[in-house]
Amino acid sequence: MTGIRLAPRDLLRLAVHGLAARPLRATLSALGIAIGIGAMLAVVGISASSREELRRQLDALGTNLLTIQPGTRFTGEAATLPEEAPTMVRRLPEVQAISSIGQLDGLHAYRHDRIPRIETGGIAVYAAWPDLPATLGGQIVAGRWLDAALLEFPVVVLGHRAAARLGMDAGSIGRQVWMGRRWVTVVGILAPLTLAASLDFGVFMGWPAAARHFDIDADITTLYVRALPSGVERVADLLAATANPASPSEVQVARPSDMLAAQAAADLAFTGLLVGLGGVALLVGGIGVVNTMVISVLERRAEIGLRRSQGATRRHIRVQFLSEAVVLSALGGFTGVLIGMAVTAVYARLQGWPVAVPAWAIGGGMSATLVIGALGGLYPAIRAARLAPTEALAAT
Amino acid sequence: MASHPELVCLRRLTRIHAGHFKALDEVDLSIGRDEFIAIVGPSGSGKTTLLNITGTLDRATSGEVRIDGLDVNRLDDDALSALRARRIGFVFQHFHLAPGVPALDNVADGMLYTGLPWRERRSRALQALRRVGLGDRLQHHPHQLSGGEKQRVAIARAVAREPALLLADEPTGALDTATGTQVMDLLGELHEAGTTVVVITHDAAVAARCQRQVRMRDGRIIGDTRQRPS
Repeated sequence: MTGIRLAPRDLLRLAVHGLAARPLRATLSALGIAIGIGAMLAVVGISASSREELRRQLDALGTNLLTIQPGTRFTGEAATLPEEAPTMVRRLPEVQAISSIGQLDGLHAYRHDRIPRIETGGIAVYAAWPDLPATLGGQIVAGRWLDAALLEFPVVVLGHRAAARLGMDAGSIGRQVWMGRRWVTVVGILAPLTLAASLDFGVFMGWPAAARHFDIDADITTLYVRALPSGVERVADLLAATANPASPSEVQVARPSDMLAAQAAADLAFTGLLVGLGGVALLVGGIGVVNTMVISVLERRAEIGLRRSQGATRRHIRVQFLSEAVVLSALGGFTGVLIGMAVTAVYARLQGWPVAVPAWAIGGGMSATLVIGALGGLYPAIRAARLAPTEALAAT
Repeated sequence: MASHPELVCLRRLTRIHAGHFKALDEVDLSIGRDEFIAIVGPSGSGKTTLLNITGTLDRATSGEVRIDGLDVNRLDDDALSALRARRIGFVFQHFHLAPGVPALDNVADGMLYTGLPWRERRSRALQALRRVGLGDRLQHHPHQLSGGEKQRVAIARAVAREPALLLADEPTGALDTATGTQVMDLLGELHEAGTTVVVITHDAAVAARCQRQVRMRDGRIIGDTRQRPS
């Protein structure tokens, strides 16, 4: 005689009707869940979009760039790279391109000659070769780079942020900046250099021009090496010994893309914190569902009594209220997913990033709401089922 | 199913509520098939308790309850629910219709726990509403119906399952005399059609419409009379 089960469709209809009878209350408590899920999904989505953007940048720029810098000597004083280092490194078979820069000590760039010498604005001046942009994956936004024809002349190309500090833009090509001893002409401006962000504050001049016009014979500050993607590891292992065979320990080798990846990992830790905060919002939303359902059970005692008189078992009543809580929570979860995706899309668009909302986050968010609905509905449902039919009917 | 001559058989039925209040005190009552019976008494006489126990919504403190030969005391919650779903219909003083739900759905939902498929529930609900004379009110919501119409929807909901026993607790209590008379006419018709009807009332005029009157006071039966229908 036992075991009449309600069809899933009947159960869903019961749940939806039960909620629709008090639409405002259902909307508000679903909103609690929606805000929690929305916040968590937006955080995850924004972080994923930012990482997707980084991945694209690395794809475009390549992860095969290595840098070599002089370290410190055994005695603690600054080391230098041998002058032959570029030639030696170029001989490694996996090396595709190489370019060196040397900071011109004591030389700075100023808007004009009335600025006190100490106000350098953090701008450094480097000697460079024509192949630097190709090696770094850099772009020119205005004018031209220091090609072979310009190497010997007192002209400069500005890094992206140095140009901004000096008040130069695309229209400033041909204007002059003061270099402490003489005026030089600006011939080009670089786009931001993602893999060598410190150079964005740099001003570049040909190696021969530095020697001729400023009488500085600079040491190599950094050697940029572009290796075959398949040979990056091997090149990285050999670079120190190749660049300075006499004392390899005085050479620092780095891979800038690794630093970007490490930065992304740090972002990830911060994301974890924000997701935790979203989780707190979700918990509060879940308590809202419990509250709504408890009140609903109290108000609907007559309905419960009626259903019991029509042959509903305790299990039927329990399942009815449980599915109501799950539907309520799922409604909030679905809305929350939409909110989270919308926030991610808007934010990513504003940043110029690709929009990436991971499927696991959407799936996880929806599953979480189902679990919250089931847990939150459990206690009210058990209370509803325990109600004695006569007591329930006497409630009117 | 074995056919017992008595549909309801109560033996030495006692119900003591919380505290020491004796709502029923060793009541014996038999209700045969096809009876139309009124249980009459002032409030507090135990008639609603008697109805609830007969309808298996409440359990006796002691004594025996048999419905259709089944010993109710030996049945668990699932079995009792199934018994209610198949054999017993309830009509309440305050109708208990779901607000904002059309009459047809109110009646069809009354069969939710019978295991009948949706289509069958709808068609039975349609028949039941036509039977109580509300074939033109199918899509009306409870707030659009008069008191008498609401009670007829509630009666349709109770009889759509074709129960053997229809229990009505003050079915005319919330209605004026004329409407109450119509509702009693309807219950009379259902009885004619073969349903055993038990009506609880404190109204002598309503009781007089039934074939048999059981009088109660202080949890005891103090009178049991039969009359030929006039």
